[in-house]
Amino acid sequence: MSDIAPTRPVPVTTEPPLVRALLIGLAVAFVALFLFAPLVTVFAEALAEGGRGVIAALSLPDARAAIAMTLTIAAIAVPLNAVFGIAAAWAIAKFDFRGKAVLITLIDLPFSVSPVVAGLTLVLLFGANSALGAWLMANDIRIVFALPGIVLATLFVTFPFVARELIPVMIEQGRAEEEAALTLGAPGWRIFLTVTLPNTRWALLYGVLLSNARAMGEFGAVAVVSGKIRGETATMPTMVEMFYNEYLSVAAFSLAAVLALLALLTLLLKSLLEWRHADLLAATRRH
Amino acid sequence: MRPGLLRTPSPLPGFGLSFGIMMTMLSLVVLLPLAALLGRGLAIGPAELWDMVNSRRIWAALTLSFRAALVASLVNLVFGLLLAWVLVRYRFWGRRLIDAAVDLPFALPTAVAGIALTALYAPNGVFGQALAPLGLQVAYTELGIWLALVFIGLPFVVRTVQPVIEELEPDLEEVSATLGARRTTTLCRVILPALTPALLTGFALALARSVGEYGSVIFIAGNIPGLTEIAPLLIVIRLEEYNYDAAAAIGIAMLVISFALLLAINAIQIWSRRRIGLV
Repeated sequence: MSDIAPTRPVPVTTEPPLVRALLIGLAVAFVALFLFAPLVTVFAEALAEGGRGVIAALSLPDARAAIAMTLTIAAIAVPLNAVFGIAAAWAIAKFDFRGKAVLITLIDLPFSVSPVVAGLTLVLLFGANSALGAWLMANDIRIVFALPGIVLATLFVTFPFVARELIPVMIEQGRAEEEAALTLGAPGWRIFLTVTLPNTRWALLYGVLLSNARAMGEFGAVAVVSGKIRGETATMPTMVEMFYNEYLSVAAFSLAAVLALLALLTLLLKSLLEWRHADLLAATRRH
Repeated sequence: MRPGLLRTPSPLPGFGLSFGIMMTMLSLVVLLPLAALLGRGLAIGPAELWDMVNSRRIWAALTLSFRAALVASLVNLVFGLLLAWVLVRYRFWGRRLIDAAVDLPFALPTAVAGIALTALYAPNGVFGQALAPLGLQVAYTELGIWLALVFIGLPFVVRTVQPVIEELEPDLEEVSATLGARRTTTLCRVILPALTPALLTGFALALARSVGEYGSVIFIAGNIPGLTEIAPLLIVIRLEEYNYDAAAAIGIAMLVISFALLLAINAIQIWSRRRIGLV
């Protein structure tokens, strides 16, 4: 083999080895500089005062309240999002009706709206100086600068994730299996649980994973709507900002490191899903 | 579907329930709040709205947001194509790691990315110190905004182009080569045209995301009014002053930009579907 290798011609459908090596080097360098370096920085800055500094930072009452807040929001927003995604996918994939394309565009809309604008719309709708806001205030219902507003903002920014993942998968799987179950006399909920859900569970999990990552990490929309009240409405990302602006670097980066670990876990699970169940996820991967 | 019929009859159950849940949530979460913003704009009136937006500071912020997003998306167009090509066509050690890492900007909260980039590029940071002798200051300048937006937008181009490269027919390249084309000619005349719609879509998606980006930018931008102050930050400032009308005016201006980009994305997809049946 080795005596013919140097004279072996380069296949016509690829680039010369030198060019290939150069392109790979460039791509790896780009990823290292732009993606890995910031990630490493988060952990390096968090550990600037050692592991004790991280533990001390995470035991601060404000940090703990922020962690609890973020978990609460995700626990409410992600299931709601999953319910919406399943309902939307069922209606759009299993039935034919007019205006589907418009509907899909509307579901996608939150992807193109700035998170800050999303927060702004909620403040305008429920804020004290709107008609609805005044009525809510008179009845002592708090939406803006309170949990309901943050949940709504989170729902807005994560809105398309589950639906976007489920709709193509459900369309691709067609309706024959559900119709067969129907002729065998299965009721609706049973068709869904025993036919549709097993076929789409990995896509659902994928959508929930992305939705959860965004729900826990959302900053702009939540910052506007929450009012960033310490110990009350501050979430992990907004608390990161407040610590950072107070020059509490270790505290800011410790909380950021927890979020970064969560992001790494999300990527790991997402990659596992993509390698194991690629055929059961949305064929066109569009984020 | 028969004409005049809103819905084709189907034996499957659950249309009413699923459609109802979908429309209720869509209305409550997305449509009603957006209507509140547009309604506020109507209440203010177009002339007043224009007066509010037409100030030097707001124009500076809007053009900065758009210009920085444009620059960053162009950078991502080039490096996104490079990454997608390398990840699909070449086999090398660590390829899967790089492939998984491309999604990091989707998974990492923007505020975390923001403070990490600032720590790296600040004058006392690792990269900041290395770039200082070259006379380059990244943090607290427009360069820093570009950098944050490159970080945010990278996955959009890679993930839109990657599946299209995967589905390219190798026959085309072989035919091109047997007809005597050099590799560079094949790349430019055969492969690039097939990738163009996906590249444009990825570019537009990255642009749409970067124009409205807030979390990763505000830490590294320095936020000097008229120089490094982005439009979303100006909305936040107005809201903190309880100047809701001015915030709404800037919000509507940004919404108009977003819708224009969304229309452009849809137009590209329709055009490419007609042209070669690829998205």
